[in-house]
Amino acid sequence: MNATATLATARRVVHQLRRDPRTIVLLLLVPVALVTLVKWIFAGQPQVFQRVGVPLLGIFPMTSMFLVTSIAMLRERTSGTLERLMTMPIAKLDLLAGYALAFAGFAVVQASLVSAVAFGLLDLDVAGSRWAIIGLAVVNALLGTALGLLVSAFANSEFQAVQFMPVFLFPQMLLSGLFAPRPSMARGLEIASDYMPMTYAYDALSRVQRGTGWDERLALDLAVLAGSVVVALVAGAATLRRRTG
Amino acid sequence: MPPAIEVRGLRVERGGNPVLHGLDLSIEQGMVTGLLGPSGCGKTTLMRAIVGVQKVAGGSVMVLGAPAGSPALRRRVAYVTQAPSVYSDLTVDENLRYFARVLGAPAGAVARAVATVGLAGFETRPAAKLSGGQKNRLSLATALLADPEVLVLDEPTVGLDPVLRQELWTTFHELADAGATLLVSSHVMDEAERCDRLVLMREGHVVADDAPADLLARTATPTVEAAFLKLVDFREPAA
Repeated sequence: MNATATLATARRVVHQLRRDPRTIVLLLLVPVALVTLVKWIFAGQPQVFQRVGVPLLGIFPMTSMFLVTSIAMLRERTSGTLERLMTMPIAKLDLLAGYALAFAGFAVVQASLVSAVAFGLLDLDVAGSRWAIIGLAVVNALLGTALGLLVSAFANSEFQAVQFMPVFLFPQMLLSGLFAPRPSMARGLEIASDYMPMTYAYDALSRVQRGTGWDERLALDLAVLAGSVVVALVAGAATLRRRTG
Repeated sequence: MPPAIEVRGLRVERGGNPVLHGLDLSIEQGMVTGLLGPSGCGKTTLMRAIVGVQKVAGGSVMVLGAPAGSPALRRRVAYVTQAPSVYSDLTVDENLRYFARVLGAPAGAVARAVATVGLAGFETRPAAKLSGGQKNRLSLATALLADPEVLVLDEPTVGLDPVLRQELWTTFHELADAGATLLVSSHVMDEAERCDRLVLMREGHVVADDAPADLLARTATPTVEAAFLKLVDFREPAA
């Protein structure tokens, strides 16, 4: 690992995004708009918004970061810049860590904005710490980033890359407990959901929202989320090849 | 002096078909070697093997005494692909600064590289807004940042006007005079006379490896193009 190469990459990715203001606006405003939409959809059942609002603060950023990073990494490969970097003294993990760092910065802004709107304007109530919610939203965005970087290795075109969102994230969202309590699902699905990182994201956000306090289960959720980020980045680095056909 | 690049029995296959079949080649240090041959003859594949980004099926490629692509070579060997590999949404300056940081290039390397390729005055222009030739030169500037000992350039003069082409060839010889080894591919035979040494390739084989004058004398032909045709049997049209 080489901190200079990682930081240089993070700075370069930020410069690239700065050239594309519309993407920045979409990254920041789409989660806000969706959470607002959910609030109004359940105008007649405010208790539903109170239950799903907080988990959505984490899940929307995860989804948008997943999409943006999988396309960004795909562009790196198709433009030939990845091959050029592979002839240079940069470790594969440095490159991915640089991407993760840059998008983590955006995630902080994105998560803070959507949380501020949800707590300040949409009357979303949290029994636990609001800062913990924002922190979890950032971790979720980071997980989306790491998963996006990983799956981009399996896409040869933008058309394929965008399809990975429904393939990788939709099932996780359906099984996370957001739509139905996991114990009420078919047994096979409940077991499958034990192996999906979003299950732990939903659980952590929902626990903080209910204010159940710090316990072993919350510690497990955090460990699984952090571990998934690291595993996805390392696996993503392993899928990059210095030598290709 | 040992050769800068030593290729022995290099075999590369793509989709089960051989692209290079047991190729042998040595490239001397401090020279500009031209790699010539029709499009599709394996020039790019050979160059990719030399910089260590090509999967190979057999044989060995040694560069500056180390296996091609080994970590020790990543600062000493630079590669310019045929299509410019730069970030089109970044400016000339941002592109070069990024690669300079990754390479750990010395201060002033960016300004020097910009001047060498004649892009002074375009530093703040996004690469997407450069002409094709300017983008190629930005890609070349990236390769010059770390003062590499071996430069592998795949068709660096395509799409350049004759004045710029002349200037770049002068630059190549200045770099070689300073001790660098350059391997420059081209499918334009008239660029051959600017090289110290010529390697002619066809269908994955080296058909000649000579100084330009010796090649012409040996084949008793007036031009490199005629020499090439004679070597590959003139009755068969070259691709």
